[in-house]
Amino acid sequence: MTSSPAPAARLARPLIELREVEKYYGDYYALRKITTDIREGEFFSLLGPSGCGKTTLLRCIAGFEDISGGHLAIDGKDMEDVPANKRPTNMVFQSYAIFPHLTVEENVGFGLRRDPSSKEDKARRVAEALEMVGLKGFGKRAAHALSGGQRQRVALARALILKPRVLLLDEPLSALDKKMREQMQSELRKLQRQVGITFILVTHDQEEALIMSDRIAVMFEGEIAQLDSPERLYRRPISRKVAEFIGIMNFLPAQVLSTGPQIALDVAGLGQIGIDAEQCPGTPRTGEASVGFRPETMTVLYDGDPEPTRGKVAQGTVEEVVYFGDMSYYEVRLEGVEKPVQISMRNVVGRPVLPRGSRTRIAWEAGALVLFCEPKG
Amino acid sequence: MRGRGFQIYAICYLIFLYAPIALLPIFAFNNSTVISFPLSGFTTQWFSQLWTDTSLLLAVKHSLIVAVSVSILATCFGVFAARATTRYAFPMKQGLMGMIMLPLVLPDIIIAVSLLVVLMQMGASLSILTVILGHTLIATPFTIAILNSAFQSLDKSLEEAAIDLGETPASTFRLIILPLVMPGIISSLLIAFSISLDEYIIAAFLSGTEATLPVYIFAQFRFPNKVPVIMALGTILVCLSIALLTIAEYFRRRGIAKAGGKDTGGFL
Amino acid sequence: MKRRSFLRSEAGHGLLMLSPTALYATIVMAAPLVAVFVFSFMTPGYLKVVWTFTLNNYAKVFSSPIYTALLGRSLMTSGVVTAVTVLTAFPIAYFISFYVSPARKSLWLFLITIPFWTSYLIRVFLWKVILGYNGVINSAFLGLGIIHEPMTFLLYNMNSVVITLAHSYAPFAILPIFVALEKIDRSLLEAGQDLGESRFMTFIRVTLPLAMSGVVASVLIVFIPTAGDYVTPTLVGGANGQMIANVIQLQYFKLGDYPMGSAVSITAMAVVTAMALVFVFLNRRFLRGPK
Repeated sequence: MTSSPAPAARLARPLIELREVEKYYGDYYALRKITTDIREGEFFSLLGPSGCGKTTLLRCIAGFEDISGGHLAIDGKDMEDVPANKRPTNMVFQSYAIFPHLTVEENVGFGLRRDPSSKEDKARRVAEALEMVGLKGFGKRAAHALSGGQRQRVALARALILKPRVLLLDEPLSALDKKMREQMQSELRKLQRQVGITFILVTHDQEEALIMSDRIAVMFEGEIAQLDSPERLYRRPISRKVAEFIGIMNFLPAQVLSTGPQIALDVAGLGQIGIDAEQCPGTPRTGEASVGFRPETMTVLYDGDPEPTRGKVAQGTVEEVVYFGDMSYYEVRLEGVEKPVQISMRNVVGRPVLPRGSRTRIAWEAGALVLFCEPKG
Repeated sequence: MRGRGFQIYAICYLIFLYAPIALLPIFAFNNSTVISFPLSGFTTQWFSQLWTDTSLLLAVKHSLIVAVSVSILATCFGVFAARATTRYAFPMKQGLMGMIMLPLVLPDIIIAVSLLVVLMQMGASLSILTVILGHTLIATPFTIAILNSAFQSLDKSLEEAAIDLGETPASTFRLIILPLVMPGIISSLLIAFSISLDEYIIAAFLSGTEATLPVYIFAQFRFPNKVPVIMALGTILVCLSIALLTIAEYFRRRGIAKAGGKDTGGFL
Repeated sequence: MKRRSFLRSEAGHGLLMLSPTALYATIVMAAPLVAVFVFSFMTPGYLKVVWTFTLNNYAKVFSSPIYTALLGRSLMTSGVVTAVTVLTAFPIAYFISFYVSPARKSLWLFLITIPFWTSYLIRVFLWKVILGYNGVINSAFLGLGIIHEPMTFLLYNMNSVVITLAHSYAPFAILPIFVALEKIDRSLLEAGQDLGESRFMTFIRVTLPLAMSGVVASVLIVFIPTAGDYVTPTLVGGANGQMIANVIQLQYFKLGDYPMGSAVSITAMAVVTAMALVFVFLNRRFLRGPK
């Protein structure tokens, strides 16, 4: 491939442009008018529950599925009539798709068959690719004798050796055990920085997406519900659905009293407060709404703790407490709210876990709240 | 041990299955034209008589031509059908496959007469060519059954991976699919060969004057003094069939192992 | 919106791929079967067909006692063969599925299929040798002094036809039942016993209903072809063991009466198919549900 432009320029340019991309089977829509850009050099994740269309979108980019409508361009070139084998994409399959009748070396070098370079050159590149994924010296092994993690690495090496513009990863870690998965997550992230190739990862594991990605597209029912950085996605989810899919969020019923740069609210259990317009990712409307907050943004106060200087305090009762070693998870019923809220607290020496039934004060900060003005149902 | 009763029953059943075949070599080497106990001595004359019978040798030649052609044709048809059913979803799939697999349950005599009637009506003359037509039809469902399991154990993502790595559909077939299903193809060839070699009714109806081996054997049944020679011929055929089947089974299992699948049982 | 041509679509690829095989089966099997059907309504002429429509052939099939008697005997023989084969095959399938260790299952299946692939003609002929007047059984029993004159009920009647066919179709009966038994989740059987049923009642209430789909397949795959078998009745059936296939062969070859032969063939196929459908219908409750 050609030499890469400077990093700054690369980040600015969209590498993949999706314009109203649709995919339907009969009258079942797998993808509905997806329009987005994927930038050069970024680690991009498609996150969503099974059946949300994330794998379909990946396969459309790879060229294994024809799109039913819209346009898909890679590197400024429309892909409509470009078959999968001519696209500048390579894929790591969920099952890894290691050719069982070939050795590790033959698998990794498979895509070089049509490359005009010399045999020695190809052998060198295969060895380099194997070294890059930590499989130095495994070249002569039979493919079927490999462990899950090793197969994964072979699949990576096999795809990366062709220096694609985009590496597509279809739930690549789902078949690994927890420990191996965590190790591969950090290795994949490092590898992506090292090679500088755009990675598109499909996953249903929100934690995995948060850990690895530069940007995440959360998909539901064939549509991108929100496309943002992991941090924004976690802190400012655009809808209750996104909020519920990513981590845990507590919801409290609220009334929006007035809108503007400052929004006035009456929140069940918390009382009348004002928040910044920025805290409402949707369009603020007066009337019924709900307010969300993450478990770690609230603090359970002990008797004698001073009132927080910046935040406010609400009254509640500890309904349930689960001790997790480093953390404790409380379910606290706020006054006037039926459903208990979840609060997670880091355990600190000298502060024992509050028993069930304790009356307690909850310290909270208005800046941690997110307002959802979407209509009910 | 649990299941002792079943085990005894299973062994009795195997004896029932193998008893007739076990008799073959006994009487093939027995020095008497009458097939009955007690045995009267060892001889190999029945085997040596085989080599002098020119009509037998001709029948063998016909049978081999038919069986080789049928194994190739039926395996080709089987590859197309197995690939189509395991890889693609399309309308009328069930109906078309039902029709193709129908010879499995259709009595051979019905296939034989219907083909005969049409061929006669068209004024075609009967020969080993017409036998090949009929045998290919009845062998194809068996080749499909074998090849289906070979194609089924192919992970679709293997093909996609090859395409993804720059190969065309044609070169993917050559580099990935063919090597992985090759054991299935070999076992399909052997099975189709043995079906054709063994088939009587269709051959009897469609061979005209070019008798195949089973047609020749059937004709010999009318002559009691030919029985020991048939026994000798049968012994050879049985050994040949067992050898072919063992090879076929070996390749079938290797194919499944090669593609990383799990063995689920026999040929059917 | 982009329209892909049909041949580039998945359905198109599949149909195109299947077309050589489907076309072959159509030309070599389906079309001739249609021809036979048409012939059966034509007027007979020696070794040719007179193209005038008639129902006479069918009238003859149903009025003349030969055809109905032979058809009845074919179905009867086939029914007995099916019952014997399937009932004796079930314990074998059960044994292989439940008592043989997984590593040895393939070997057992292989052992059971081998006789099926060895020369059919010679196997049938061997039964003639075994069961005959001077056959293996008679000569052995005479020699041992168990009997004093040869038994004649062994050969050239329905007994010999049933034994020979049951022997030939054994693997056909065993394999579908085995496959059905293999699919049964073993924890269902434990659940049956856990809920208080004895091993036998668990078999009756859980295993058997779940295996019925295999039993139905076995019955069909034995019943349909044996009803039309030609070699066995010809070689070991004698005068009283003849079946419908012998008449069909006679009509076509000896009498050259194609329309009559066709009418007999079509009638036999129709009756066998009808019986198979009735059988499937009676067992429909076992065939429903997830595959």
